[in-house]
Amino acid sequence: MLQIVTAVVAGLLFGAGLTVSQMVNPAKVIGFLDIGGNWDPSLAFVLAGAVGTVALGFLFVRRRLSAPLFAAAFDPPSARGIDRNLVFGAVLFGIGWGLVGLCPGPALAALAIAPAKVALFVAAMLAGMAGFAVFQSFAARRKQAR
Amino acid sequence: MENFTPVSAALGGVLIGLSAVLLWLTHGRIAGISGIVGGLLTPRTRDVGWRAAFILGLIAGPPIVAALAGGMPPVAVTSSAGLLIVGGLLVGYGTRLGSGCTSGHGVCGLARLSPRSIVATGVFLTAAITTVLVTRHLIGV
Repeated sequence: MLQIVTAVVAGLLFGAGLTVSQMVNPAKVIGFLDIGGNWDPSLAFVLAGAVGTVALGFLFVRRRLSAPLFAAAFDPPSARGIDRNLVFGAVLFGIGWGLVGLCPGPALAALAIAPAKVALFVAAMLAGMAGFAVFQSFAARRKQAR
Repeated sequence: MENFTPVSAALGGVLIGLSAVLLWLTHGRIAGISGIVGGLLTPRTRDVGWRAAFILGLIAGPPIVAALAGGMPPVAVTSSAGLLIVGGLLVGYGTRLGSGCTSGHGVCGLARLSPRSIVATGVFLTAAITTVLVTRHLIGV
């Protein structure tokens, strides 16, 4: 139960942060990315505030705990090395982000505020994620068959 | 730079950071939105509970803040339907292929000084800035 409650609270904090910082607004995000236009550096302050908090928080957790409170072990990303998927994926994501001004967190967070247009973006985003999963399992099966 | 809002931006950033620290402290998981959502969209989905709970909170957070603040924050989506679909597909596929988005690579990865995340963040920021430059100043989509 506490597992679910803490996950909801974490989600609420995330959504609140995106709202307070106005990152839910694609126009605000485009203003940051538009360095050739009327540049708005606000988003750099969002990133700095978040990165600083996470750096201190993770350091604190590492010093105090050998395992998380409601799970068997910490589960950091296991991938190592800079490969083609990492770079190519980041390029595709960056193009999509620049086209609309929405990335996954703000898109979901904006769902309840501006449902009509954002829902279309979220539906396409989920389709893209599901498409990747299908492609990946297909590729894995082909590799197995060989 | 009349739209510059450094104080609310930094405050919002701290809230996002606290969310990531809470998820790490309690679940030992990285608060990467594309990873949390994408984990629900794989053939063998495990640990549905905390992922669904986090997403529920993420969607419910903004209207709650709006109610407390006494007004909805502006969400100006200027893109056409076609652009929303193309952008959404690129963001969905790209974040899964590249193992992360602005939160997983940009926030948690940079804070952990992960070489993969530093590269990914540099690449997607460059791609996004270039896209805005091309679409808003050169061809005008």
